[in-house]
Amino acid sequence: MGHTTYVPHVEEERAEMLRAIGIESVEELFGEIPREVQVERLNLPEGMPEIEVERMLRALARRNRTDLVCFLGGGFYDHYVPAAVDAILQRGEFYTAYTPYQPEVSQGTLQAAFEFQTGICRLTGMEVANASLYDGGTAIFEAMTMAARCTGRSRVLIDQAVSPIYRKMLHTYSAKLRIAQEEIPARNGVLDQEAMSAALDDRVAAIVLQNPNFFGCIEDYTGIIERAHGVGALAIMSVYPISLAIVKTPGEMGADIVVGEGQSLGIPLSFGGPYLGFMATRKSLVRKMPGRIVGMTRDAQGRRGFVLTLQAREQHIRREKATSNICTNQNLCALAAGVYLALLGKQGLIEVAELCADNASYAHERLTAIPGVTRTFKAIFFNEFCITLPRDARDVIGDLIDRGFAAGFPVGRYYPGMENVALVAVTEMRTKEEIDRLAAALEAVV
Amino acid sequence: MKLIYEQSRPGRRGVRVPECSVPRAKARIPARLRRKEPAALPEVSELDVIRHYTNLSRLNFSVDTNYYPLGSCTMKYNPKVCEKVARLDGFAKLHPLLPQLRNGGMLTQGALKVLYELERMLAEVTGMAEMTLQPMAGANGELTGAMIIAAYHAARGNDKKRFLIPDSAHGTNPATAAIAGYGVTPIPSDGEGCMDLKALEKELSDDVAGVMLTAPNTLGLFEKHVQTICRLVHEVDGLMYCDGANMNAFVGRVRPGDLGFDVVHLNLHKTFATPHGGGGPGAGAVGVVEKLRPFLPISRVIKRDDGTYALDYEAPQSIGYIAPFYGNFGVLLRAYAYLRMLGAEGLREVSTHAVLNANYVRVKLREKYETPYDRMCMHECVISARRQERHGVRALDIAKALLDRGFHAPTVYFPLIVHEALMIEPTETESKETLDAFIAAMEEIAELAETEPARLHAAPVTTPVGRLDEAAAAREMILTA
Amino acid sequence: MHVPEELWYTKEHEWVRFEGGGRARMGITDHAQHELGDITYVDLPGVGKQVTQGAELMVIESVKAASDVYAPVSGTVGEVNTALADAPELINKDPYGGGWLCVLSGVDEGEKARLLSAAEYRALLERQ
Repeated sequence: MGHTTYVPHVEEERAEMLRAIGIESVEELFGEIPREVQVERLNLPEGMPEIEVERMLRALARRNRTDLVCFLGGGFYDHYVPAAVDAILQRGEFYTAYTPYQPEVSQGTLQAAFEFQTGICRLTGMEVANASLYDGGTAIFEAMTMAARCTGRSRVLIDQAVSPIYRKMLHTYSAKLRIAQEEIPARNGVLDQEAMSAALDDRVAAIVLQNPNFFGCIEDYTGIIERAHGVGALAIMSVYPISLAIVKTPGEMGADIVVGEGQSLGIPLSFGGPYLGFMATRKSLVRKMPGRIVGMTRDAQGRRGFVLTLQAREQHIRREKATSNICTNQNLCALAAGVYLALLGKQGLIEVAELCADNASYAHERLTAIPGVTRTFKAIFFNEFCITLPRDARDVIGDLIDRGFAAGFPVGRYYPGMENVALVAVTEMRTKEEIDRLAAALEAVV
Repeated sequence: MKLIYEQSRPGRRGVRVPECSVPRAKARIPARLRRKEPAALPEVSELDVIRHYTNLSRLNFSVDTNYYPLGSCTMKYNPKVCEKVARLDGFAKLHPLLPQLRNGGMLTQGALKVLYELERMLAEVTGMAEMTLQPMAGANGELTGAMIIAAYHAARGNDKKRFLIPDSAHGTNPATAAIAGYGVTPIPSDGEGCMDLKALEKELSDDVAGVMLTAPNTLGLFEKHVQTICRLVHEVDGLMYCDGANMNAFVGRVRPGDLGFDVVHLNLHKTFATPHGGGGPGAGAVGVVEKLRPFLPISRVIKRDDGTYALDYEAPQSIGYIAPFYGNFGVLLRAYAYLRMLGAEGLREVSTHAVLNANYVRVKLREKYETPYDRMCMHECVISARRQERHGVRALDIAKALLDRGFHAPTVYFPLIVHEALMIEPTETESKETLDAFIAAMEEIAELAETEPARLHAAPVTTPVGRLDEAAAAREMILTA
Repeated sequence: MHVPEELWYTKEHEWVRFEGGGRARMGITDHAQHELGDITYVDLPGVGKQVTQGAELMVIESVKAASDVYAPVSGTVGEVNTALADAPELINKDPYGGGWLCVLSGVDEGEKARLLSAAEYRALLERQ
């Protein structure tokens, strides 16, 4: 005993408790478990005091190259997180609380989730949102199964300009479901609307689009969504929430289910998670929507309060008939996003989005002015764009690491035939000086 | 409290965004691609935001402020140093695509080492050959496990159709099996709260993909026949899935692998002290035996001969990608710090005291409450409000009365097989004084049930709101401001 | 619990009233609505849907549960209680009256053989 201070018992108390139970030693507590399957001591490193663990982790943290100037995006962005966001996240009343199954003592969590749902609706132009899902990839999967439930159909058409990282996840998740996914090859960096139209028929449950798409291009999908509706299919759109401050919303384009990765809303990159999937839809489809949903109601005295609602859809009640097997949301990440949206506010978020777009415009202009570096696609982009390099992008980006830049992502990794293309992201974090230095470094290595 | 949206004042600002330092290019994105109206987000100051959310936080119960005897949820204390290290720039600002750049693994050696060592440690804790840390929550881990089982059967050419799942299981188990493409056959419990062996034997046939068992089970009991069950299921080439939600009873002492399980998922946000966050993010690491290694999700972290770490994407039989990258890294990092602090001996003390606390509560409560399975329990005990029900007091009333006394409610009405169930999991981080205070409150409530049941029906009265009209919420569906 | 004499019942707690001309009106029993608690939504079947006796017909959601409702007799859905869309609580208030769920047409009264009489249903409730 005494190897961890997170167990508060002193010897005298232990003895008293054993007496109350009517046994002599703690070993008797485990008397029903056969001896031969009990281990004496696990082969693990010795426990360490807090101070040593912190020292060790600081040393490990230094072995990660976060010093590189970041032009890497691909759906995950280096945005600024105002200090006030973390100040709220560090409130133990939020982060050490349980799921709000006892609403009387969880109004903080519930109201914050209701405000998050509100923010997502206003950003996407949709009517209802859930309280979050694991991440942007599983959110698309959940949207696909939701569309299949809504339409009773099983064919899904996916634009190949939807994140390849997510498309790989979709293959994993739907391997055992009767959902046939067909990918429509992109043309010139954007959706091939004619090819998708041609593939539409009355067996299609949904089309899956992304705006901005993986190549950074933005489009108006109103036309293809209308055509999808024409055959009774739903339109699923994955979006980048920062862009929605200025870009035409999925609601304005007529989308039915809107999903996305909310990492850009005040959540650190943190090497891949925890992130924040979100989902919004029309009110008429809400009962088919997976995930937790918070609703407003009142108590017997007429006081306003919030509860988890429409729970009958969920796994703890529906079991094998549930809309999904999910039983958590990413509540703390949704809280971060809610606080971020409030802090930036109506005007601030527009300014961040414009700044990202302006910085990207400037970077695009500087980089494509370098001899041998050209613009890959004509389509309009938001804050991320493709450039074609004179040699393999993997090598060029590799060379730029030595000069202190994470200069972008080599697109050929996911799109064969695009080995010379680099995807470059620019956020409000990058300065003119950093962009100029990147241009100079790129010029030196190509 | 007002919504943050109700505090808006046109023109008020919370954050000053830097001036644009490059030439403006507003016209680059044409009007046809722009939204018509700005999103109606709040217009508030930083102080407005801080005060609003700080005051909201004060409406919550949490482990930091209240005792949470919440069965099956393992609401233990979350060490603060874990929060601190997860926020170090070297981790928090690390872009997940860096390892995919040329020689990129070398840019993230610290993070890869954390993942590699955490996998090794959790494999040792569970007695499994290999782990994946990708699943983003417990249920996501379950799904990963079920998919691995499906991939195994597909590779063997087995024609499997269903999972056998005890009637006391968590609701996620049947939901998961369905999404993995299998049917579900429930298996009843016997009089002692364990799986009914006869019923199992009757249902076992060649089309059984596997059995999902919670260990210890959801009644907080050690599944006595577990080794026999494993043998029987293996005889039909079925696989044994261990829902490790209750690992806090076993940690450092009993390993699912040694019991005969083939797959186990762990809820790091339970046993390994990462915070619940009011409902996520969690992490649901999955361990497998050697023969299932080829099916694990990609990418895999490997250690090279020179001691460096790398990511391996070559796994032709893999089920594919469960998470976009390597799982909820920030959560994994907290679990890693916790494990390094405790070590083998510390972990053993965890299970010892989790079980000690649960049995102490059980024996103290059995005078006033019915204890349907009154034998040595593991990390939690299940009691029934059947006696109180005679006075018109139900488990829900007891739960609400506890809120008035500053305690979070136990899990109520679960497991489904116990009438008016109250499931109590004290966890090891609670002291005897706290348990005694809780027991005293439970005794007082039992007395009130007999003398003044109306007071319990009215509870809670000290909370920010009373019992809320859930029917109205579901009918009216006010889901946004 | 109220169990009207003139109705027929199922073990799954549906009631059915044979209205002649091959029509049968159905709903859930007083016992069922009590067990479900406050009903919040009824996923009514489409008119024209064909069902066989015992098949899943629709789902009723309450605050604490979602329950499948099974067809007490075979037939075609001829009419549904559209009032339930705005007032699902009618099922709680008046399960045998205003809270009816749908009318099946083309039914065969011979299927009564597999239903329970009021007395048999009362006996079933007492056993539970």
